[in-house]
Amino acid sequence: MAAEEHGEGLAFHPMDQFIVRPLFGEGDVGVFTITNATLWMALSVLAIALLFIVGTRGRAIIPTRVQSIAELAYGFIHKMVEDVAGKEALTFFPYIFTVFLFIVFSNFLGLLPMAFTPTSHIAVTAVLAIGVFLTVTIVGFAKNGAGFLSLFWVSSAPLPLRPILALIEIISYFVRPVSHSIRLAGNMMAGHAVIKVFAAFAPLVLISTIGIAVTPLSIVAITAMYGLEILVAFIQAYVFTILTCVYLKDALHPGH
Amino acid sequence: MELVAAAALGKFIGAGLAAIGSGAAAIGVGNVAGNFLAGALRNPSAAGSQTATLFIGLAFAEALGIFSFLVALLLMFAV
Repeated sequence: MAAEEHGEGLAFHPMDQFIVRPLFGEGDVGVFTITNATLWMALSVLAIALLFIVGTRGRAIIPTRVQSIAELAYGFIHKMVEDVAGKEALTFFPYIFTVFLFIVFSNFLGLLPMAFTPTSHIAVTAVLAIGVFLTVTIVGFAKNGAGFLSLFWVSSAPLPLRPILALIEIISYFVRPVSHSIRLAGNMMAGHAVIKVFAAFAPLVLISTIGIAVTPLSIVAITAMYGLEILVAFIQAYVFTILTCVYLKDALHPGH
Repeated sequence: MELVAAAALGKFIGAGLAAIGSGAAAIGVGNVAGNFLAGALRNPSAAGSQTATLFIGLAFAEALGIFSFLVALLLMFAV
């Protein structure tokens, strides 16, 4: 058993699922190596393409099931961008919709047994978050010029407080991509690790009598956690998207 | 040798202490959700329009808990 190898009571290590491995053969992971992360990212992109190609092919007045799902997703994000960031932000709707779909599909495909979750890696979510950060910063300066800096100069605060507030605002502005990416990666990683911890306790019945009590409990716990994870997978994609909209609103209207 | 053992021990203690942060984040998230519910029950017609604000609040409260989780992970696997 692998338990001796790790020197712990678990049948396998809960963090093993996050290891990036080459898909074909053994060896080191280089820049162009096709890994399990590549596979699952490609699968989520394929699934999105399939959903929208099949969904929009008919363009029926009375939508089919696939078309309803595609329309539902489109309408949901369209409304969110319009409500949170305003009408002008709809220029960025395709970008936000793409980010949302990629995160949602990666999260949900990662819930399949034996799957790999690309969004549980900070490297993946950091690229998404840095993309949002750069977009927001560039759009802010392009739209408002130096007026974008009024985001850091809180004009509603008393004058002596403003330099201190400006410092805090600047720090919080640059922490944004960090918290934006780590929130998604941390949530996905933590949830999957918890499931795997319970999964490691489940086969205990095979090696010890205490397992008669532990195994049913851990199977129930896996089921419960799985239900929670389905919720979290959607909510985290939603939160990532809505924060993108909030940041975009700051860039478009820095005054308020 | 003793120094190495102390460092290994400190790693685990530090990771355990970092887990307190997750509990603190849980209090924060509970506060946000509870206050939202209290407000929503007083004025249910306005509640629907505020779900976006609710999730933004939850996300900000949760982010710091995730940071402490990250600290624990770093201590366990990276240091």
